[in-house]
Amino acid sequence: MIEVNKENFEAEVLQAPGLVLVDYWSEKCEPCKALVPEVEALAEKYASSMKFCKLNVLENRRLSISQKVLGLPTIIVYKNGEKVAELTKDEATAANIEAMIKGQIE
Amino acid sequence: MAVIERDVVIIGGGPAGLAAAMYAARAKLSTLVIEKANPGGQCRTTYSMENYPGFARGMTGPELMDRFADHAKEFGAEIVRDAVASADFTGDEHVLRTAKGDEYRAKAVIVAVGAEPRTLNLPGEHELRGKGVSYCATCDADFFEDLDIVVIGNGDAAVEEAMYLTKFVNSATMIVVHDEGVLDATAIIRDRAFKNPKMKWVWNSVVEEINGDGIVESVTLRNIKTNESTELPTNGVFVFVGTVPKTDFLRGSGLELDARGYVPTTAQLETNVPGVFCAGDARVKYLRQVVTAAADGAIAAVAAEKYIHEEETFRESVLEPELPVMVAFWSPTSQASLDFLPAVERVASRRQGQMELVKIDIYKNQRVAKRYGIETAPTIAFFRGGELIEKAPWPTTEHDLELEADRI
Repeated sequence: MIEVNKENFEAEVLQAPGLVLVDYWSEKCEPCKALVPEVEALAEKYASSMKFCKLNVLENRRLSISQKVLGLPTIIVYKNGEKVAELTKDEATAANIEAMIKGQIE
Repeated sequence: MAVIERDVVIIGGGPAGLAAAMYAARAKLSTLVIEKANPGGQCRTTYSMENYPGFARGMTGPELMDRFADHAKEFGAEIVRDAVASADFTGDEHVLRTAKGDEYRAKAVIVAVGAEPRTLNLPGEHELRGKGVSYCATCDADFFEDLDIVVIGNGDAAVEEAMYLTKFVNSATMIVVHDEGVLDATAIIRDRAFKNPKMKWVWNSVVEEINGDGIVESVTLRNIKTNESTELPTNGVFVFVGTVPKTDFLRGSGLELDARGYVPTTAQLETNVPGVFCAGDARVKYLRQVVTAAADGAIAAVAAEKYIHEEETFRESVLEPELPVMVAFWSPTSQASLDFLPAVERVASRRQGQMELVKIDIYKNQRVAKRYGIETAPTIAFFRGGELIEKAPWPTTEHDLELEADRI
């Protein structure tokens, strides 16, 4: 997964063609850490269909808030730079994330 | 999809479930915990842990829970990452089916599912969850650095969490329904909060609505005395108004829940279903703390161990033999019992090869005794092919028992 931050977010996500998934996380977010292996498995499985990125919100607070992310975990899918699907908090389960990915690929 | 069998399966890996796992595994029972996230439950989302005995300072919720989990694993308990989707407690075996599609079968189940934050169902609350509405200070505090937030709730948890948030935020405004100076929180916590310069207070008020376009912008407050509504701009809304048990998936499983979804238990943490125990925040109890959850775990595990032992012994010695079994239900506290046992033994020894004798202490095996309606000792009962065929209070003489035994 590509580590995105305030320097490369524009290029890697907002200006990127096609589908990009961003996993917003932080060191202090226990549910985020619990999700890591599952999101990484999905990143491997769907590597050919979309780009997978992760963003540490602690180091990129303003950027996160500009994306209207104010709670964790949050997983957002962008298509050609536009937010097209989002899961946050309890909804951000491995099964729901995979369903969201499939929904965007089809 | 796999079918996994264990002596004890524990649903939930918070302090109750992990303590139960440690006790059960240490008692040499094969023990498995099903936990949907990282072990620790609600405690994992609490930063400062200063009321767990032995750890006044310097212990955090996640750290304590890692130790609980390691302790359980040390004695051989397994912790699997999955969520129980449904349970069936209506048959002889307890069956749990999980989100990953596996099936778990257990001799005893300990329900340690815990509770989760209660929501208020205010307009805007659900839509703005994760967009400024939060139920977890440690999870989301960082987003609100130097911003202004409001906190709904004024019990111990609400005030403590608000004080934790003041390490990050510019201000935390408590919306309190009571008169000025009155909080549900205990005195020690209240006094600390009143001295905190970042805490602000709005009295006699409730939040009616959370407003914002994709992100929290303000709350609408109503003063319950004047009925006046005002709008207060804010960046975040933290809700700490108690918890609800996570027992919804157990509806229809055969397990009894009360009107609010909590599980009623006996002092041994037995539920209405034999072999199913409940520990921690999900049960009807007076105090929901990490220390009481851990204590519940110990009680439930010991009760489960006793249950398994009692059931297995009874099945092997009374229900499975091909010969008729004469069961002497006795009690060490009854003199009549002590007098009757030698007579029973004589009668049985004269019928060796035709009938077996099992002695059951009704005090130590109350469940088995009760199942067959046996309340007083001494009582004599006869079983054949797994069925109770006759029971009677102690016949007056050894001779009567001889006749009875021969009839069977």
